[in-house]
Amino acid sequence: MKIVKTLKILKAGEEQLLEISRKGLLSLNLAEMKAVQAYFKKKKREPTDVELETIAQTWSEHCKHKAFRGVINYNGKKIDNLLKQTVFKATKELNKEWCVSVFTDNAGIIKFDENNCVAFKVETHNHPSAIEPYGGAGTGIGGVIRDILGVGLGAKPIMNTDVFCFGPLDYPEEKLLEGTLHPRRIFKGVVSGVRDYGNRMGIPTCNGAVIFDEGYTCNPLVYCGTVGIMPNNTCFKKVKVGDIIVSLGGKTGRDGIHGATFSSIALDKDTEVSAVQIGNPIVEKKTQDALLQARDKGLYNALTDCGAGGYSSAVGEMAEETGARVYLDRVPLKYPGLAPWEIWVSEAQERMVFAVPIEKLSEIMKIFERENVEATIIGEFSGTKRLELFYGSEKVADLDMKFIHEGGPRFELTAEWKEKKNNEPNFVSPVNLGDSLNKILSDLTVASKEWIIRQYDHEVQGGSIIKPLQGATNDGPGDAAVARPILTSWKGVAVSNGINPRYGMLDPYWMAASNIDEAVRNIVAVGGDPEKIAILDNFCWGNPNKPEELAGMVRASLACYDIAMAYGTPFISGKDSLNNEYVDVSTGDKVAIPGTLLISAISVMEDVRDAVTMDFKAEGNSIYVIGTTHNEMGGSVYFKLKNELGNTVPKVDGKTAKKIFAKLHKAIKLGLVKSCHDCSEGGLGVALAEMAFAGGTGVDVCLDKVKRSGDVNRDDYVLFSESNSRFVVELEKKHQAKFENLFKEIEISNIGQTGGDKVMIYGLDNRLVISEDINVLKESWQKPLRTP
Amino acid sequence: MSKKAKVIVIRTAGTNCDYETVTAFELCGAEVDLVHINQLLRKEVDILNYQILAIPGGFSYGDDVASGKILANEIQYRLIDTISRFVSERRLIIGICNGFQVLVKTGLLPGIDGIDKKEYTTLFNNDSGKFEDRWCYLKSTSNRCIFTRGLKEQIYLPVAHGEGKFITLDEKTLEYLKKNDMIVFKYVNKDGDIAGYPANPNGSAEAIAGICNPGGNILGLMPHPERFVTRYNHPRWTREKLPEEGDGLALFRNAVEFAKKKLQ
Repeated sequence: MKIVKTLKILKAGEEQLLEISRKGLLSLNLAEMKAVQAYFKKKKREPTDVELETIAQTWSEHCKHKAFRGVINYNGKKIDNLLKQTVFKATKELNKEWCVSVFTDNAGIIKFDENNCVAFKVETHNHPSAIEPYGGAGTGIGGVIRDILGVGLGAKPIMNTDVFCFGPLDYPEEKLLEGTLHPRRIFKGVVSGVRDYGNRMGIPTCNGAVIFDEGYTCNPLVYCGTVGIMPNNTCFKKVKVGDIIVSLGGKTGRDGIHGATFSSIALDKDTEVSAVQIGNPIVEKKTQDALLQARDKGLYNALTDCGAGGYSSAVGEMAEETGARVYLDRVPLKYPGLAPWEIWVSEAQERMVFAVPIEKLSEIMKIFERENVEATIIGEFSGTKRLELFYGSEKVADLDMKFIHEGGPRFELTAEWKEKKNNEPNFVSPVNLGDSLNKILSDLTVASKEWIIRQYDHEVQGGSIIKPLQGATNDGPGDAAVARPILTSWKGVAVSNGINPRYGMLDPYWMAASNIDEAVRNIVAVGGDPEKIAILDNFCWGNPNKPEELAGMVRASLACYDIAMAYGTPFISGKDSLNNEYVDVSTGDKVAIPGTLLISAISVMEDVRDAVTMDFKAEGNSIYVIGTTHNEMGGSVYFKLKNELGNTVPKVDGKTAKKIFAKLHKAIKLGLVKSCHDCSEGGLGVALAEMAFAGGTGVDVCLDKVKRSGDVNRDDYVLFSESNSRFVVELEKKHQAKFENLFKEIEISNIGQTGGDKVMIYGLDNRLVISEDINVLKESWQKPLRTP
Repeated sequence: MSKKAKVIVIRTAGTNCDYETVTAFELCGAEVDLVHINQLLRKEVDILNYQILAIPGGFSYGDDVASGKILANEIQYRLIDTISRFVSERRLIIGICNGFQVLVKTGLLPGIDGIDKKEYTTLFNNDSGKFEDRWCYLKSTSNRCIFTRGLKEQIYLPVAHGEGKFITLDEKTLEYLKKNDMIVFKYVNKDGDIAGYPANPNGSAEAIAGICNPGGNILGLMPHPERFVTRYNHPRWTREKLPEEGDGLALFRNAVEFAKKKLQ
């Protein structure tokens, strides 16, 4: 039997070309297949399976971000390369001197201290987690850790952050579509997958979020992020002609074949489980230990991780400028029997590829051997600008690097945005809002995630400063995590996330704006410097070929530009995962997720000892609300209780927000702030309740004192509106004058004080609308996910 | 100038609390080498050049077979002669979390027969059935253990493990530990009393969190003293009056001081 097949495409018609793509799970469309055909016509030969697979992996949506980089016709306006016109553009125009490497490598890199930089990346692993939650999520975190190991010349991971979106845990069994797993099973599998991988790697998982919404029942989202630290002189890589290609870490098997192309299409009941990779964290930890030693000795010129597309992508990227020769039969296999193309595209885990100068080969191999990590020479960077693959004596692929990387046709897509009009809920504000507050606290998205958080080691490496659980009994919900990566320095990083898909159901523009605001707010709330915040975008959407879906992405991207510019927060890296759809076999319809944008933020903190937490600290302190409350109930949790979305999505006033962040940061630096919490889901009501039960002290406030726009004239809206850029702050009375003076031009309101053991809230007419024991509120918040 | 105490911190595949363990010893003025087990097995490094040996936390070899077992076997079958000499010369050994599991599986703890031929004690799956990270109050209960001499009666440290339930082979072993003052730490609640979950985070017998050998020079414990070396590690440092130094540091300092005295 021949080990390599040639495919007959030179004379194929359109139908046949599509058939070849479909049969081979190549996910290439007609225009792309035609480009391939034209290339081989020029070469006057048929392609091998290895060649077609290489092209398919490199051109996959997963690797190439074709929709974002294509030409989009948005409501009649032409956008040439959405990414360049929005996200990249903001970074370029902001031009921060502390941004070291943006959008070029595996992760974004910013300055940390005189000698070091920090890198941050968030990835998704959605499709695999839908089919095999434990393995999918584990390899998700494993993959993003390798991004950090493979950025520049390698960074040491110091922190993980995870954000998950699931269907409701009580989703009726009988409503599940054929081939999907129940949200509860996905939830538990994902949590343990991330736990077992992250804990074994010895990286603290300090921050995260979990969103529950029916829209994620068939397609859960699993975002995994990692922060790493690296010396200044290791931020860049450069392959030299003649460097030896060394593969380090795991062996290659059949797991994860077609991961990149598979994640670029909708799932259905017949999706192959073999597309999911199998992880082994200890192999990755060994690989990390070995590579950081080799890095510090300067033993290689470049490295990257094997992620989507396996060697095909890793070697393909590294060899873009030089070309490479790879001997596939030398690759160590988990078991025999893999075809050359399978070896080349397998996404087996825990593999890194190095470019090692020949004179340093024996020294690097000695390190790898001592650390018990398998290292294999698989080829060399050739200087031919061609990708040449061999299996034994047979040449199984010979492609021009230029064609692989630039030969794909660009996409032309249409985006069409239509304003949506939802039902505007019509009901009067209840006389007593205690019941509503308890119910909002019990909403799964709001409720305590302690069950998850405690299963993650959030303190390994010894640098944890602001923990995910805080307050009098270590169980209140923190805003951002703070850690110091160097144990002999007080410099640290704050990390947070912003996500709210319900706003996107109203308008993705304001969802993106709100998410950036939330991520920034969280950093500012713990004392992070708003002038030093870098952000990451992570788009998870449905099918970009549907004009209304693409319009959502366009609108979110436009907001990314506008708000990043307004806040001075550059994007340093990003990711998109599209085609999060599931085929309902009974109707043939495709069910898509709600368009979801995760914004992750990182800020360097000069001194972590300036940090504040969100728990009330003492009785008799003054409570302030910073920012204005608007009639912005659209997408709120309060409306969710009534099964409504509404229309008035929270907006962002960039100019005011920027001022608020700067002033609040100053107040925290001056030591005026005892506790601080941002208002997010559930608005002011939830913020006050959480601060109270975390601190073990009640609070007494009056809603009439809350600064609000003219159309907010009912108690429930003041309490539960989710307007952006708002914080609740606790101050000692002696600092009031200083604080008010600092905030002169900004709307702040002194709404009451701490004390007692109840949350007492007086309405606009000074009537008591909430009088709830803090322990009762806490129970409402803890109960739903205590033992899920 | 007095000589510095020399500490060897052993690591292998899956070790992950090495950096903070090294730092804790360094903060106490020790000279610390982080050494891969392969360097010992190949005799590139000699344990006897050190006064203190530490096995940090993590998931050595992924905790395959059983937690700590493979590293324990490497020590037991290939290094035991040197280690025996190390111990008999009253040099110090500390095993934290996974390191404690290793010490128990090598027979260095409880060390009833010198180096035990059988496993008198073990660390089993938490009663909660899952890995948990939480802070625990610990009562210091031994006068014998060198690491905890002069330690305040109650300290606060985080645990982070899935297999930390301390159990003994039989009642006799437990009696032996008690009689010989080998129980070093017990989990207690804030008021200093033995209590159920979560004060005792894993269901350990008699709430035992750490033990030492009869000589008091080998300590194994599940909680992580290296994670509480400054007040800013404490989960409530933003709300409580606390001393600058974290509770965990005293254990490292005691060891370093003891070793230094022996050097003079």
